[in-house]
Amino acid sequence: MSGSAHRRVVVTGVGVVAPGGIGTKSFWELITAGRTATRALSLFDATGYRSRIAAECDFDAEDAGLSAADAGRLDRIAQFAVVAAREALYDSGLDVDSVDPGRIGSVVGSAVGCTTRLEENYRVVSDDGGNWLVDPGKAVPFLYDYLVPSSLAREIAWLTGAEGPAAMISTGCTSGLDAVGHAAQLVAEGSADVVIGGAAEAPISPISVACFDAIKATSANNGDPEHASRPFDDRRDGFVLGEGSAFLVFEEAEAARRRGAHVYAEVGGYASRGNAYHMTGLRPDGREMSEAIDVALRRAGLAPQQIDYVNAHGSGTRQNDRHETAAVKRSLGDHAYRTPMSSIKSMIGHSLGAIGALEVAACALALEHQVVPPTANLEVPDPQCDLDYVPKVARDRRLDAVLSVGSGFGGFQSAVVLHRHEGTTR
Amino acid sequence: MSICTLEELTELLRETLGDDEEINLDGDIRDVPLSELGFDSLAKLELAASLRHRYGVIVPDGVIETLLTPADTLAWVNGEIAVVA
Amino acid sequence: MTATITGLGVVAPNGVGVDTYWPAVLDGVSGLARLADGHAARIGGTVDGGTEGIPGRLAVQTDRWTQLALRGCALALTDADLDPDGLDAFDLGVVTASSSGGNEFGQREIQKLWAQGPDYVGTYQSIAWFYAATTGQISIRHQAKGPCGVLVSEQAAGLDALGQARRVLRDDAQVVISGGTEAPLSPYALVCQSTNEGFSVSADPDVAYLPFDDRADGYVPGEGGALIVIERSEHARRRGVRRYADLAGYAASFDPPPGSSRPPTLTAAIRGALADAGLTPGDIDVVFADGAGTRDADRAEAEALAAVFGPGGVPVTVPKALTGRLYAGGSSLDVATAALAIHHGVIPPTGGSTGAGPSCPIDLVQGAPRPGPVRSALVVARGAGGFNAAAVLTTPAE
Repeated sequence: MSGSAHRRVVVTGVGVVAPGGIGTKSFWELITAGRTATRALSLFDATGYRSRIAAECDFDAEDAGLSAADAGRLDRIAQFAVVAAREALYDSGLDVDSVDPGRIGSVVGSAVGCTTRLEENYRVVSDDGGNWLVDPGKAVPFLYDYLVPSSLAREIAWLTGAEGPAAMISTGCTSGLDAVGHAAQLVAEGSADVVIGGAAEAPISPISVACFDAIKATSANNGDPEHASRPFDDRRDGFVLGEGSAFLVFEEAEAARRRGAHVYAEVGGYASRGNAYHMTGLRPDGREMSEAIDVALRRAGLAPQQIDYVNAHGSGTRQNDRHETAAVKRSLGDHAYRTPMSSIKSMIGHSLGAIGALEVAACALALEHQVVPPTANLEVPDPQCDLDYVPKVARDRRLDAVLSVGSGFGGFQSAVVLHRHEGTTR
Repeated sequence: MSICTLEELTELLRETLGDDEEINLDGDIRDVPLSELGFDSLAKLELAASLRHRYGVIVPDGVIETLLTPADTLAWVNGEIAVVA
Repeated sequence: MTATITGLGVVAPNGVGVDTYWPAVLDGVSGLARLADGHAARIGGTVDGGTEGIPGRLAVQTDRWTQLALRGCALALTDADLDPDGLDAFDLGVVTASSSGGNEFGQREIQKLWAQGPDYVGTYQSIAWFYAATTGQISIRHQAKGPCGVLVSEQAAGLDALGQARRVLRDDAQVVISGGTEAPLSPYALVCQSTNEGFSVSADPDVAYLPFDDRADGYVPGEGGALIVIERSEHARRRGVRRYADLAGYAASFDPPPGSSRPPTLTAAIRGALADAGLTPGDIDVVFADGAGTRDADRAEAEALAAVFGPGGVPVTVPKALTGRLYAGGSSLDVATAALAIHHGVIPPTGGSTGAGPSCPIDLVQGAPRPGPVRSALVVARGAGGFNAAAVLTTPAE
């Protein structure tokens, strides 16, 4: 993983709540079929908003196994996180009671926390924005949980009774990748033996849609929502806001092997850098993202030529896709032209802080199934984006090592390398 | 709707950028590039929003990039106001 | 690799800048004030000033929370005698702590949305409210291209950010700007906090927040915190700069869920930090306690300290009684205060009229500073929901 953190870290469980499918199976089926889950925004009345497209989860709390009490007190983001984390735990086959609780950690990433309920309750206590001082008498009991995203990490820790370190990571759109990196680091350095790590986001609410409208970051292709998320396509006009969650179970490799765990992949390396340039803008050369990639590769002990697939940030904004293409070329050199690179945001939208974890989940599944998911909607190539983005159709491919990259507001640039673990059972 | 004057535009520029000692909006800034006055992409969008709220003119996506100076902006805004009037 | 603290940028309700803050803490000067009528809290810790030293262009696109951090960051860099231009940008990282993000900015924008319409939400909302805004802005302002992180574990976040900063120094960077601030005194943020256990609505600053006292009946919120420059000791030695204290140990744990028969795990975090530092309880000269301010929480903390150090076995102090609980800024400020205590060899008192009640068997330092030496300090922080974090600071190694 890194210089002084010696233990090897493997992924033994995956859980997903995604647009188009609750559960890992539905998620994998959607993205390998190249189907898109972007549609006309329906979670609130978006009349009058510039972008009226979203990638929404068809999620029913009760169907997903949450109690009425939990559905009542938890923001949608927390509901997603709990459901995804539960699936990951179940998938791992780990008997939580067999592990010392002090050796179980929890890591959660999110960019905007409980924004949905924070906004809903704001309307109540402010009388729809009419009252600046707002009325404490109208506050619901769990309002503090919505103010502080740390409540999400608490929910995940409570799932397993984890008493090891609990971390809440909030680095904007790289929160998902950074949470994965942090979870793996905790195991690698010996602070925990098992970590439930991942991310969640449920930002499809008026304030979030409005704030992206204001900077024209989201697609306004409202007449064709199914095709609106078009990373690397010359006609792309911004990202499609999405929601969802993914969690993975990270374990120390030897312990996982001893208990006969099914291993999806090993976490080879992780790195974070900042572009120190602009809160939303990106320089075309992708230097800092490239640096993050280089360091993650070095930590994984891999040469660029050993990367078989790049899971792109591919948000579908005009500047990102060029920035990222430049970064990948810088790091992989000529090998970039021989390496498939796809964006699943084309199918499940951009769920801000959650997407990095969803993308790592996709990478783990890609290694498991030896299939590269496509970039949907890619029909008209951008001359400045000339790599192989796997247009529309998934591809069988021998995959040993994959790279996932991400980029976000504030200049965050992150990279994670996953590779097959020897002795992996299939 | 009366036209937007340089003074009024300058006031909007000042509001958008905030009080900043390093920025000089005095004198004849008509032909000073907005980028030199401290306008990055976000500030330009904010300025477009202010123009929308103050004068009712909607700056299309493709036009924002072409408004390079206060003079460009004044000409375009007042052109739009004249059309609407 | 040893990590050492070389710069402190304090933005506290009882002093901005170390030279103002430290004497205020020693003298028991309070930063608690009456908040304006109509707010959900009557008392809060307020920081003087607004956007001094921050360019207007940066001020319009940031919340007060980030502005406090930018002020603190500038102070910390000066205090560390560090000019980022002299570093390779990739050698400088930024890892800050937050708990509630850009509250006032966000409330203004959300008010515009609902009172006027979505078209009135400004361009800066997308970059001012989210929890990563401070790290992002610091990274840009000071050209820090190294690892960038944000930890959000409520009051524990300041220690967690430092723990992460130490990881970053171990693996990656030479210098990290860490610590954090909070600005939770805007109306909607206060209404949200009013549903948090222990939040005090008392109007009397003398009794509103009395950690470990028999009269303890809640805490008051405050704004501000501390930005901290932490670097590899090797690097600091080469620069020939003053080192306040080494971050010798850090550990974090989480409490069991409600209804569990298992005990809280603060003790585990404390023991973990001590072990990490290679120290025993007897080596610790002072504990900067979390001091939640409710009788149950205070008793639990006192019991944890007694379990590790023996009842009354170590001096305990809670200078945050003078500032209120600053959430993510609070644990950062506690680290700064502990570093100052080590550097100056004196233990600051718990401010105000706090006195340890019989249910809290601790040796509470109150009334006047207690002279040292202070070779090592334990800082404890608990975040709402069950986060426990502990850090051990020591006199810098030779």
